[in-house]
Amino acid sequence: MTTAVHRPPLRRLPDEGSLAGVCVGLARHLGVDVRYVQAGFVVLTVFGGIGFAVYALAWALLPAVHTKPPEQRREWTARGGFARELAGLALLGAAGLLALRQLGFWFDDTLLWPLALAGAGAALIWRQAEEAAAWTPAELRHPLQGIRDRMRAERGADGRRTALGVTLIGLSALLLLRETGALRQVGNALGGIVVLAFAVGLIFGPYLARLARSLADERAERIRSQERAEVAAHLHDSVLQTLALIQKRSEDPREVASLARRQERELRNWLQERPAQPAGASLAAALEEVAGEVEQLHGVPIEVVTVGDRPLDERLSALVQAAREALHNAAKFAGSAKVDLYAEVTAARVEVFVRDRGVGFDPAAMPADRRGVRESIVGRMERHGGRATITAAPGAGTEVELTMELLPDREFPDTPRNAGSPTWSSEGEAR
Amino acid sequence: MTRVLIVDDHALFRAGVRAELGRRVEVVGEADGVEAAVAAIAELAPDVVLLDVHMPGGGGVEVIRRSAGSAPGVRFLALSVSDAPDDVIAVIRAGARGYVTKTISADELVEAIERVADGDAVFSPRLAGFVLDAFSREPARPAAAAPPRPAAAEAGADDASGDLDQLTAREREVLRHIARGYLYKEVALRLGISTKTVEAHVSAVLRKLQLSNRHELSRWAVERRLLDDEG
Repeated sequence: MTTAVHRPPLRRLPDEGSLAGVCVGLARHLGVDVRYVQAGFVVLTVFGGIGFAVYALAWALLPAVHTKPPEQRREWTARGGFARELAGLALLGAAGLLALRQLGFWFDDTLLWPLALAGAGAALIWRQAEEAAAWTPAELRHPLQGIRDRMRAERGADGRRTALGVTLIGLSALLLLRETGALRQVGNALGGIVVLAFAVGLIFGPYLARLARSLADERAERIRSQERAEVAAHLHDSVLQTLALIQKRSEDPREVASLARRQERELRNWLQERPAQPAGASLAAALEEVAGEVEQLHGVPIEVVTVGDRPLDERLSALVQAAREALHNAAKFAGSAKVDLYAEVTAARVEVFVRDRGVGFDPAAMPADRRGVRESIVGRMERHGGRATITAAPGAGTEVELTMELLPDREFPDTPRNAGSPTWSSEGEAR
Repeated sequence: MTRVLIVDDHALFRAGVRAELGRRVEVVGEADGVEAAVAAIAELAPDVVLLDVHMPGGGGVEVIRRSAGSAPGVRFLALSVSDAPDDVIAVIRAGARGYVTKTISADELVEAIERVADGDAVFSPRLAGFVLDAFSREPARPAAAAPPRPAAAEAGADDASGDLDQLTAREREVLRHIARGYLYKEVALRLGISTKTVEAHVSAVLRKLQLSNRHELSRWAVERRLLDDEG
């Protein structure tokens, strides 16, 4: 083998191997076919038993690397998988016993079955415990209840595995006792053990219980203090800063109102655990975002109400930009005390209304150079296959209505496409 | 003049509202908690209770629940800084005739109080949005089917709740205008109906909001109640 070959590190690959992934890992590391490695192990095991010992050591010592996401990992409990695991374990056990016998460490054939059974049972249970979720503080505080709940929750394939493991170990113990003729003495011994365990429990029980409780308490306390620190950090970054700003600007009521409003919006989002959603994520988030910006810019409160939501695409982004322009106009020119933004998303269309109660204007007399309205609102909507309607009259406020028909979904293939707007259908093909 | 009781656990806020309302309504008392509110309602029998949604000991929902027997004629207007749907829907379903946010202007608040005193309902744009949201999902897709209802046993009641589970086109239109920020009289003007008719539609929606078994509504209400029990 040349030194130039890049070798992957020696790892166990449990997702790819048939048993524990030792052979696959080794094969990858050496750069040979896995079958040679497997054959090598078999040979080494049959002649002298070293193969078994090496395999067991490798299983225990090599770090496992999962190559597949959890949901794609081999389902051990699926039909075949479980049986294969059992068969593999049994073979390994037999190999180990044979190896011991070969090497001369052999006591008595009567020990064979008990040992094999106990080994298989223990393997099942230990694997199980290793894979189970960590214990929660509540479970640690009441371990018996925790065990009971876990037993109940594991009633499925995992539960069967545990039960099988327990049965195997119990069976092996019984066999061992019968073989060694100790079953009769067990009565006495058992009595002794029970008495002893009881005494030990009386002496150390409270300490152990206390210890478990302290551990759980300590953990809960740590979680609580972490949470508190997080809340404190958030309040410090946001609310305290804003309060300081408000004190500084107290002579400007408009600015104070705007600051308070912005902080309120931010705190509300945080309390409702709407994480600072990227504005690109959805229509509602994007509208909230532009409303916040305009509000900050002009100090006019904007009430945002949305019904339904949808992921943002190119056309809806255009809609958001048009809405932003409308909000901008309302906040800047109308002199209204507040602006209402209402967005409704249905299966067929998205509608956005921006309304103010300000001075209004006469749309017919709108000067041609008011690019804001002509280009940024009406033009933009039309270019993207939507429409904008502006209802206004001097003294009666203004309402901008933005409508975007949505393309029929694939679920409704029969819906005839509205061919009213050429831009729309061409975009429909492009999507 | 409308007799008003102010219930809020923040003294500062009570004072602020009292000053704002001025002489336009008669403020007959204040209460700073659930117990005090229940006692004051029984004793003073106000026309309208301005009710804070969030208070220790169960909040506005608890006040309405415990006053239902002692003061049947009293009407509740919920007033809150919260705009979480579960809070709002829970207090409406408990029996409040309306909901406004604490940032409402004094004029609008007086108008809302008088409207509630007359037995009408008061919806803020946001509440109108919630209601549209809650009622919007199902009817559009009959294939997605109604949530499984207890079938045969309640067949009789089912007919009634079937109506309660949907808004009429007109009610929807009225709510949409409220959500867009129109006042009742502006809605009436735009739809070519009388203000009284608008009020009737809103009251009908309020009734549906309180009685409907729609999944979204009961879920909000249940979540709210669970929170209260814990606190």
